[in-house]
Amino acid sequence: MSVAASRRRGVFSGVNRFVEYAGGLATMFGEVCRNVVTLNFRPSEVIRQAYFLGVESWTIVVLTSLFTGLVISLEAASQAVSYGLSQFVGGSVAFGEVRELGPMLTGIVFAGRAGAAITASLGSMVVTEQVEALQSMGVSAVKVLVTPRLLASFITVPMLTVFADIVGVYGGYYMAWLRVHMSPYTYWHSVQTTLIFSDFYKGLEKAAVFGVLVALVAGYEGFRAEGGAEGVGRVTTHAVVTGIILIFVFNFALSFVLFP
Amino acid sequence: MIDEKPSRELEPSPPPPDVAIRLQSIELRYGEKIVLSDCSLDCIRGHTTCIIGLSGAGKSTILRVANGLRRPTRGCVFTLGSELSRLPETEILEIRKRIGFAFQYNALFDSMTVADNVAFPLYELTDLEDDEINERVKSALESVGLDGEGDRLPGELSGGMQKRAGFARAIVNEPEIIMFDEPTTGLDPIMTNIITETIKNIQHKLKVTCLVISHDLPSVFAIADEIALLFEGTIIEYGSVSKVRQSPNPIVQQFLQGSDVGPIPV
Ligand SMILES: Nc1ncnc2c1ncn2[C@@H]1O[C@H](COP(=O)(O)OP(=O)(O)OP(=O)(O)O)[C@@H](O)[C@H]1O
Ligand SMILES: [Mg+2]
Repeated sequence: MSVAASRRRGVFSGVNRFVEYAGGLATMFGEVCRNVVTLNFRPSEVIRQAYFLGVESWTIVVLTSLFTGLVISLEAASQAVSYGLSQFVGGSVAFGEVRELGPMLTGIVFAGRAGAAITASLGSMVVTEQVEALQSMGVSAVKVLVTPRLLASFITVPMLTVFADIVGVYGGYYMAWLRVHMSPYTYWHSVQTTLIFSDFYKGLEKAAVFGVLVALVAGYEGFRAEGGAEGVGRVTTHAVVTGIILIFVFNFALSFVLFP
Repeated sequence: MIDEKPSRELEPSPPPPDVAIRLQSIELRYGEKIVLSDCSLDCIRGHTTCIIGLSGAGKSTILRVANGLRRPTRGCVFTLGSELSRLPETEILEIRKRIGFAFQYNALFDSMTVADNVAFPLYELTDLEDDEINERVKSALESVGLDGEGDRLPGELSGGMQKRAGFARAIVNEPEIIMFDEPTTGLDPIMTNIITETIKNIQHKLKVTCLVISHDLPSVFAIADEIALLFEGTIIEYGSVSKVRQSPNPIVQQFLQGSDVGPIPV
């Protein structure tokens, strides 16, 4: 086969795989939506999962957003003050944090922590035939395993994002005060005048979408596990990487749509 | 186009009502590897059919085909009156609610206690009250000799105890068909007898159809109404215990005697 032909074939199978993957995610999402609409899930399991996934992630979310707030403010404050623009520092920290960095970093941390946990637990259930055991009883694995986790992520990521937003903006204030002795009034007034409520709300909408993406990819990858522990490790890595990439892509698309 | 139909699909022949499971000319491949080919088997309602065969012959695969966990690449599967090989997954799930399955490697939910494992099918598939569920779980655990172990996690049990817990989970919902994948492998002789007796009792009491895979010939002879020998992807011998024991087929004789001389390559 010529080099060009084999390359064409490679591209073709790559496209094929992509379509298959996207189709698999969409099918699973469809099934989860049906379960949610028909209330075919256990609320107690959703709460249990939300608690578990939230507890797994919140410390890292808080640390990440704290340091992000600190560093934006560190860069912005000294610059702004030297140009006499200190009334913009609070606003720029809050703007960046609430609209972009809060939801996105929370999503990424969630993918690394909770998404990996979901894939690893489902994957190990697959390789030890527990998923087949469910199916053999006539119980849908998507219903009992994916639906509650996806709902839990849908609730948890926005909640974590609220934490992230608050901690990030406070961190920014602390740094501005430390570096240039900015008065609380200057900082918080700037926050208030720059940010409107819909910024905050739309940020949370993004976060909810990221939660769904992470759980969906994590669940789908978990079901693809095969072999043994090594296979579980492989799909877990894959789930985290895919989840993070999708968050970047969707973040861009959502910013484009939500913040015209 | 119409007159150019490729090699005609096999004509499905639905079984009479006294046959609970019919496999008709099943072929199943994993990639290139052909695991089952032209494999046919009838399991009579209310009887115990034992499948015996070499390790890796495809016995576990047959069970999975029979309850729709694997779709054959060719052939028809009729289970409890429906042609599984044509049904969508959602309808297969409905049929499986009437089938109990005890896995070769137990497949217990390791995050749940033994009692919760056994209760799981009842919670998911029935509207029973909690008291009734507890009662049923208790008696299922008792029938496999696990009374008092309900609160432990599967990881804290020995292999044989896990096996029996999986067994309790398969029978708790009083299914119409129970499939046991090597129920006695890994158990001590006394427990093997208890399990063999349990299968016999359940079968007599509930008149369920049992499909059992086993290497343990004494227990096969004790519980089987019919025996099927799977060899190289096909059922090469099928019939009552005495018929199979007297089979003139040298492969069957070699298998029953466990001898290393004969037509089976070792
Ligand atoms: N998921 C799979 N992918 C690829 N090959 C498989 C898969 N499952 C089983 N096989 C192959 O199919 C063949 C039959 O497997 P199966 O588990 O049905 O054997 P078995 O008769 O139950 O053996 P044993 O007595 O050891 O349990 C084996 O050769 C196995 O390698
Ligand atoms: Mg097997």
